[in-house]
Amino acid sequence: MSIIYERTNGLTKTSTHYCPGCTHGLVHKLVGECLVELGVLGEAIGVAPVGCGVMAYNYFNCDMQQSAHGRAPAVATGIKRVLPDKVVFTYQGDGDLASIGTNEIIHAAHRGEKITTIFVNNAIYGMTGGQMAPTTLIGQRTTTSKSGRTVEHSGSPIRVSEMLATLDGARFIERVAVNNPVNVRRAKRAIKRAFETQLAGEGFAMVEVLSSCPTNWGMEPLDALKWLKENMIPYYPLGNLRNWGV
Amino acid sequence: MLNERIIIAGFGGQGVMTIGQLLTYGGMYENMHVSWLPSYGPEMRGGTANCHVVLSGEPISSPIINSATSVIIMNNPSLGKFEGDVEVGGDLFINSSLVDLKPNRTDVEAIYVNANEVASNLGFEKAANMVMVGAYLGRHPIIDISTLEAVLVETMTGSKAAFVPLNIQAIHDGVKICQSQIANI
Amino acid sequence: MAKLLMKGNEAIAEAAIRGGCRYFFGYPITPQNELPEYMSVRLGEVGGVFLQAESEIGAINMVYGAAASGARAMTSSSSPGIALKQEGISYICAAQLPCVIVNISRGGPGLGGIQPAQSDYFQATRGGGNGDYRLIVYAPANLQEAVDITLEAFDISEKYRVPVFIAGDGMIGQMMEPVEIPEGFVSQSAEKDWTTTGTKGQRAPNIINTLYLDPLKLEEHNIKLDNVYKLIEANETRYEADSLEDCDVVCAAYGMTSRIARSSIKIAASSGVKVGMLRPVSLWPFPYGAFDKINPKAKGILCAEMSMGQMLDDVKIGSKGRWPIHFYGRSGGMVPTPDEIAEQLIKIAEGKSV
Repeated sequence: MSIIYERTNGLTKTSTHYCPGCTHGLVHKLVGECLVELGVLGEAIGVAPVGCGVMAYNYFNCDMQQSAHGRAPAVATGIKRVLPDKVVFTYQGDGDLASIGTNEIIHAAHRGEKITTIFVNNAIYGMTGGQMAPTTLIGQRTTTSKSGRTVEHSGSPIRVSEMLATLDGARFIERVAVNNPVNVRRAKRAIKRAFETQLAGEGFAMVEVLSSCPTNWGMEPLDALKWLKENMIPYYPLGNLRNWGV
Repeated sequence: MLNERIIIAGFGGQGVMTIGQLLTYGGMYENMHVSWLPSYGPEMRGGTANCHVVLSGEPISSPIINSATSVIIMNNPSLGKFEGDVEVGGDLFINSSLVDLKPNRTDVEAIYVNANEVASNLGFEKAANMVMVGAYLGRHPIIDISTLEAVLVETMTGSKAAFVPLNIQAIHDGVKICQSQIANI
Repeated sequence: MAKLLMKGNEAIAEAAIRGGCRYFFGYPITPQNELPEYMSVRLGEVGGVFLQAESEIGAINMVYGAAASGARAMTSSSSPGIALKQEGISYICAAQLPCVIVNISRGGPGLGGIQPAQSDYFQATRGGGNGDYRLIVYAPANLQEAVDITLEAFDISEKYRVPVFIAGDGMIGQMMEPVEIPEGFVSQSAEKDWTTTGTKGQRAPNIINTLYLDPLKLEEHNIKLDNVYKLIEANETRYEADSLEDCDVVCAAYGMTSRIARSSIKIAASSGVKVGMLRPVSLWPFPYGAFDKINPKAKGILCAEMSMGQMLDDVKIGSKGRWPIHFYGRSGGMVPTPDEIAEQLIKIAEGKSV
């Protein structure tokens, strides 16, 4: 009998705290699988954010640091400069990376830090109960934009990948989604390439993963995936924005 | 007991900090307690610079000088700013090549040194600051010039080493100018 | 050993390197700029890394990552920049990461000025960040002491896994004085089995964490930290005292102000007033016990600072109401003169209100 699917050793045997239908667990799995398949799990040091991913330090089966809100890229910089031969990654949400941590992510990319960032964008603050994020779509209702976000009041949502792709130090930038099996496979390919960017010593790499938050969006999990497809992808187009050597 | 408190002031680029550091190094080589404190920040960008040097026979309490035994003035603005800091009976060393104003104080000694001309005569106008060092030592021979030479040899390395003899000559010339004035006082 | 004439900022940087510092993360701010500038040259020569961060916040978090990876890492700044680092300092203390932080302080609040001040005493000793934490805070009074403290700073920090915070001021940073920096300093590097360096698949993951959602677990963590702080209070309290037992008046001062006060004490002596000196070297742990040595019949204690009165609180705690407490301070970058402090000391001895 052959094994056709098994739990990745890239994750610990811990049940996650994520809500039913949340795609964080799926993204964790993809990252864990990539670390194992690249043979670098034992060399990996991850940095967990503040937000829903805060307890990622319990889930990835490698050395982990938990950082202050938004500061993961600075912490990862400290690690990578001390241990240039190790594989260093940050796992951050959109409140963490695209709001409070914009300075840290921009300058990690600008310096071309040889780290890999997994940026999970679900257009809302999950952990704190569904507040508006810089990535929240126009018209989207949150606990701090109860009538829906407006351009006049809060501006238009921030497209982080496009912004970082303007920086020379960013050597791999791709936006993916995990709303269906085809996109999940594409997401995994991008995550692997993002780690390969680091292993090649090229520079900064980031994968933005469009993700769903059924709980705070107030939807059934499948409806949330449908909403992601119909609302997020048109505003946040999928695809590669920077790819070294191509 | 030795307690020299010297303020040196002028434009940036005149070697004001260097005068202070040379005296401080020299004092250290001669086993004095020494401190050097520069002005810093926007003041420096504005073009004026000053530093405080204390040379003492005992541990130095404050590196800030509230009452100076000597003030070395390298430009006009510094005269008005610092002449009030000299203690009664103290000395004002004035670079008369660039300072045409006269001090208001009558309870201090003013010694005029045409430092830029002296240095130009040596073919090295940049050494005007060294002429002022010499003038100070002419009045207060607390550090041997041979000690300062040792300092310069140690600190001026590479292409700068060739300028040590000119600097030493400038110091000697400053001593002479000062002593000729003192003789007339 | 040859004496070197060095600027305080550079002397501290060199001493840190001799004490084992190999990683420095900083951001420009006056009057500490010579420290990172020196590091940018020297660390490369010793196989270390200097990195200019995007902000003070970035710098302190780089120190977090580097220290958690086992390195001897350091940052320096000046008052408003140290304010920005407080979040990171709280996390570093929570995660028990050894490191060295230098504050070459200037006048405040706000952007304040750039001249020397001691108005960050509360920030350093009372915690600018959140939570029950402490820093080991040393305040050198001259450059040689700054060098000696910095040399040992990483050893002490690693011994307790608590950051060492060096509280200098603009004068300590900017002035030049002769210093001796021993070549052969041998550090007592602590065993570190908790660092994140990769599991190699041979051990369970190491996790550097500051989150404890279970209040009981967080309380246990706080008690654990507090036990370390008690040990530090017992072992690492440093101060200098002169003539406390038979003086008329005591002058309590630290750092640059204590140097000035020494001249004031001489001036007072010439007026027949015997002044004792209590100079805390560690601001935390504060030398409360030293107050027990003070002459019970002393007329009072003068606390002199370059602030509006911050160490004053600790002087009051240490004195336990046994002597009248007086205060003399200059702030905003103004530096007291020996005569000003002497005048206060003489008044106290004569029983006049200050």
